[in-house]
Amino acid sequence: MLRFALTLLLFTLAFGVLSSSPVFSDLILAKVDRRIDLTSQIVRITTSLKVENAGSNPISEILLSFPENQAKHLAYLTATLNEGKGKGKASSGAGLPTEVVIPKDVPDSLTFYSVSLHKGLGKGESLLLDVLAVFTHALEPFPEKISQADIQLLLFQDTAHFLSPYKVMVQSVAVKLPEARVESYTKLEGTKLSGSELKYSPFHNIPPFSYLPIIIHFENNQPFAVAEELVREIEISHWGNVQVTEHYNLFHGGAKNKGEFSRLDYQARPYVRGASAFRRLVARLPPRAHSVYYRDEIGNISTSSLWGDSKKTELEIEPRYPLFGGWRTAFTIGYGLPLRDFLFESDGKRFLNFSFGSPINELVIDTLIVKVVLPEGSKDISASVPFPVKQWQETKFSHLDLVGRPVVVLEKNNVVPEHNEHFQVYYKFNSLSMLREPLMLIFGFFFLFVACIVYMHADLSISKSSASYLAKVQWEEVQATVQQIHNIISHCLTAHDKLEASLRDLSRTGDVQACKATRKSVDSLLKGVSKDLKPLVTFLQSSPQAAHILPKVEELIAKERDLQERLMAKHTTVVDCYEKKLGGREIENRIASNQQKITSLRQEVDDLMEFIDEI
Amino acid sequence: MAASSKPGSPRPPPSSSSSMAQDLFNNFSFSKTLKLKTKQQELLIRVTVLTLIYILAFITRLFSVLRYESMIHEFDPYFNYRTTLYLTKNGFAEFWNWFDSESWYPLGRIIGGTLYPGLMLTAAALYWVLRFLRFAVHIREVCVLTAPFFASNTTLVAYFFGKEIWDSGAGIVAAALIAICPGYISRSVAGSYDNEGVAIFALLLTFYLFVKAVNTGSLAWALASAFGYFYMVSAWGGYVFIINLVPLYVLVLLVTGRYSLRLYVAYNCMYVVGMLLAMQIRFVGFQHVQSGEHMAAMGVFFLLQVFFFLDWVRHLLSDAKLFEAFLRITVTGAVSVGAIALGVGTASGYISPWTGRFYSLLDPTYAKDHIPIIASVSEHQPTAWSSFMFDFHILLILFPAGLYFCFKRLSDATIFIVMYGLTSMYFAGVMVRLILVATPAVCLISAIAVSATVKNLTRLVRSQSQAVQSGSSKGASTAKSSSKGVIDNSQPFQRNGAILLLLGAFYLLTRYAIHCTWVTSEAYSSPSIVLAARGAHGNRVIFDDYREAYFWLRQNTPPDAKVMSWWDYGYQITAMGNRTVIVDNNTWNNTHIATVGRAMSSYEDEAYEIMRSLDVDYVLVVFGGVTGYSSDDINKFLWMVRIGGGVFPVIKEPDYLVNGEYRVDKGAAPKMLNCLMYKLSYYRFGELTTEYGKPPGFDRARGVEIGNKDIKLEYLEEAFTTQNWIVRIYKVKPPKNRW
Repeated sequence: MLRFALTLLLFTLAFGVLSSSPVFSDLILAKVDRRIDLTSQIVRITTSLKVENAGSNPISEILLSFPENQAKHLAYLTATLNEGKGKGKASSGAGLPTEVVIPKDVPDSLTFYSVSLHKGLGKGESLLLDVLAVFTHALEPFPEKISQADIQLLLFQDTAHFLSPYKVMVQSVAVKLPEARVESYTKLEGTKLSGSELKYSPFHNIPPFSYLPIIIHFENNQPFAVAEELVREIEISHWGNVQVTEHYNLFHGGAKNKGEFSRLDYQARPYVRGASAFRRLVARLPPRAHSVYYRDEIGNISTSSLWGDSKKTELEIEPRYPLFGGWRTAFTIGYGLPLRDFLFESDGKRFLNFSFGSPINELVIDTLIVKVVLPEGSKDISASVPFPVKQWQETKFSHLDLVGRPVVVLEKNNVVPEHNEHFQVYYKFNSLSMLREPLMLIFGFFFLFVACIVYMHADLSISKSSASYLAKVQWEEVQATVQQIHNIISHCLTAHDKLEASLRDLSRTGDVQACKATRKSVDSLLKGVSKDLKPLVTFLQSSPQAAHILPKVEELIAKERDLQERLMAKHTTVVDCYEKKLGGREIENRIASNQQKITSLRQEVDDLMEFIDEI
Repeated sequence: MAASSKPGSPRPPPSSSSSMAQDLFNNFSFSKTLKLKTKQQELLIRVTVLTLIYILAFITRLFSVLRYESMIHEFDPYFNYRTTLYLTKNGFAEFWNWFDSESWYPLGRIIGGTLYPGLMLTAAALYWVLRFLRFAVHIREVCVLTAPFFASNTTLVAYFFGKEIWDSGAGIVAAALIAICPGYISRSVAGSYDNEGVAIFALLLTFYLFVKAVNTGSLAWALASAFGYFYMVSAWGGYVFIINLVPLYVLVLLVTGRYSLRLYVAYNCMYVVGMLLAMQIRFVGFQHVQSGEHMAAMGVFFLLQVFFFLDWVRHLLSDAKLFEAFLRITVTGAVSVGAIALGVGTASGYISPWTGRFYSLLDPTYAKDHIPIIASVSEHQPTAWSSFMFDFHILLILFPAGLYFCFKRLSDATIFIVMYGLTSMYFAGVMVRLILVATPAVCLISAIAVSATVKNLTRLVRSQSQAVQSGSSKGASTAKSSSKGVIDNSQPFQRNGAILLLLGAFYLLTRYAIHCTWVTSEAYSSPSIVLAARGAHGNRVIFDDYREAYFWLRQNTPPDAKVMSWWDYGYQITAMGNRTVIVDNNTWNNTHIATVGRAMSSYEDEAYEIMRSLDVDYVLVVFGGVTGYSSDDINKFLWMVRIGGGVFPVIKEPDYLVNGEYRVDKGAAPKMLNCLMYKLSYYRFGELTTEYGKPPGFDRARGVEIGNKDIKLEYLEEAFTTQNWIVRIYKVKPPKNRW
């Protein structure tokens, strides 16, 4: 309280000096209505001014003034012309341009904003001006530290008289409080408190720079969620997605919690024994948001829920623990959005149209950094933001980037929900560049496979004359030879099968000629085969590497030859018998001994073949 | 094919089956036109199967990621994660010289000198490679997936190992078995970022390369095995197993007369190079020449030299008698010199005696009597039969069968796997966690059993069908020949039996696969940081209290706050809470842990003195009374008493027991009801109704109503309690003003 008294004293001093200063201009504020909204942690003061030009010169700018303690908390200021004569709330068009000015002969403790009018205000004319000023951190918790069960009380100070360089004819103030409970308030003449609304009745004929301090001490248990820092990263992928990632660093900006935190009390009566705490936040995401996640440095946070319809997507998130005064937390939410809703094209340039602020309701952001990550290879980048921000560019490396993606960084301090306006980032991008990354992947794999093939086929031995290398080469030759022998023998075996088949046909049809023809063709085939075998076997005999498989191979060849001979003999016998028209039993008797041998030989040959195949 | 190949079938084959046979034949001819030889086909199938196994081993470990999220599990992995994070942020030199002041306050910990860096370096290397290849992954994902990745690699090593000791069939079976064996999965699911994850790979690789070196006598393989050993040493303390098993194996080969130059080359190269490399790991240092656990390897090394020398002398001396005399002198001389050296080394303290952990392996009761801190860890308990069955399932039966096959075909390689299997099986019986070491051996030996059995059976089945096929060729022209009948008479039974056995083996293996998947999904895929339970309506309820508390610590306490908790939670608090802890899971300083144990088991005022002396700002306890979570601090409390009492005799275990019984209800010991741990766990719990129909203060974890409901704290105050009361954090009040 002492501090307040001091500031008040200062002000009175300042204005004491001022009272002798000349009248600032010829403007007169015929009527001023101020509505102060204290229902949340953000203070919104709406002022409607009726401005009259009492002088002779047309005037094209109007000055608005704020005391120092308010100016440093001022986050947002707009002034709009209210042309609708009726009480229509629709203020016309966009806001008028406002800027900070430092006029001459004014006290240093005031900050001036000048509102430029589109057309000058002529003599005797008047206009209606709506001014919205939004302040953050303007409510001071008092007491500064409360325990878990206490309610949160706040102090708000302002002036009852409209602080202005102009003379004010009629003025009124209405303060909207969140709850009916008010600890104390400055009582002036005609002050009325009805419900949660506090009214300071009309003041008449206020001189310029008049300051009449009021202090309101009231209860407010609204969530005081303040993001110390919020980094929003908006990443554009021309494959159809806008990925938004928001890193919050949040704290409860209200009265600090002191003493112990009892879970039992909080659990039993959360709205009494934890009235000042908040446990959930609601974010309104754009429609068709998908792949929403909510996590922090140590993992996923499972307490969140998501609803969506065609107009919006609502994400309710609960931090890991309820936030009491002064407690902090940090988390990240991320979501994907369809590209077509946000990316447009004009004059050969593409531009992203995206909202600037945080989607979380009633959040105060001390430092907001918006990063727009453009695809690799974007050029001619520029950003347009409806309010002044710090701006620079960075590079970010993401998946498969060679030169990095250009990043437009926008930084703004003291951001309130009113800043959720759209901003644009313009850039040029060649659609063909989209194919670069898939092609990189394709070529990467392609070269990998090529390298494998080359490795498999290339001879990488260092010494071509070492014993082990030569041995390896020889062994490969032996293997190839054995493989050839294997092939030839299997040809023979198929020929044998053909013979057997012809015999079966013979028994069925009795066509001796066909059988003989088969025999002839098989004979010639087998002859050629035995010729082919010879050089291979001689090679094997000469090669020292083949020493241990040679006996097997030779055995195989001998057995096969034996088999061949016996089969031929059998064939001849059967054909002979058919020609002599002997009975089935007789034929069987004749070939019985041969048949048995053939079966066992065939078995042995098959076993040997299998063995050789495994080499 | 079967239908058309029936011998001398009286009826003409039905057209459909013949056309099918025709189709099959066409297929075969098609494959012939592709010019795939049998061998190439086999290679193709083998590579495909191995690839599938490789992928299977990876994806079967992803249950936890799908159920929960990509997160680090349990306790130790958090330390590994934290160090890996540090490594990737600050580089190798910083990591190697890192003095961590956040743990073991006020002592601190020299991280580089007290950890096995293999795992962190592996993960960091993977991370850097991926980054280099332009994949912008987060280090956490790399850490989470390191263990499954290495499990996949282990299957490849198992394949080659199986191929080396038996044949490629056994190799493939071994790869398949180890890919899903629960004994291995328990330590290598996604998120279980622990040393064992890479160490089993390194262990098997070292063994494989060593066996390969012994089989070939090649210096290159021996060198490779030395590097494998180096990797193992850098990754896990279990390398002691290698450095004792390998010399034991060499000794057995020597005794059984299988000494060869190949063995000489392999062991000497592997031992000398491996030892020198291992000395580069600061944590291991000169232990290879100074510690009793490593002496066996050195002894065998010298013994091999003596053997070689004797061989050479025998080569020179033609006289057998002379040689025998020489042999006697040399052997006694060598043995006595060795014994004297060992005795002098031990007596002078140059060679350190065996550590407690090593003793407790040889004598399972040792830890219980002498080192409570080792005995207090549940994974150090002797193994129950049920956990063998749980982790091995049919492998437990196949293991002896495989041993039989190994003995039937003894070679240097099979002797190795037999020895590996038997020793590791013994260790698995001593300590639960060592089931992990036994798993590869059990899988390999079982694979031999499966492969050999299946191979024999299929050979039987196939040879029959071949004989039948060749018999069918003449079936039309001739009636059944009598000789064939003789062969056939004994066959149908054998063949059917073989088919039956094959089906049985197939059934068993199927059961094994089902069991493994079930165990992986139910038992081994829970991160234990996040607890999940079924709600009343069958919905899943998640208890995320640990992270709630750690995150609260991280955000809402001063950055230099010191947190006291039981050592189990130390790693998690430093990694997730980012705060200094008094003790953590690296239990290197028993006294410090005992001090914490003493504080927890003292009265509040005594504990306050201890906490003041340790600069403690916050005390964290884990309490399961509300949720019925049974591994909380009250249930661990007796170990705190025991460990505290082991150093500070003021703490006596009987003070906390009533007639040798541990209880928390009205009948509990008075000291128990007023000690710090009891007070912190149950502070204001007496006012809470946990279960309908039960009095307030009903402890659901222990199923009793607590004995002391009126708990007042004088020196501490509740700072935070999580939603389900699982973690409770208390703030230590500053000392009162003295006036």
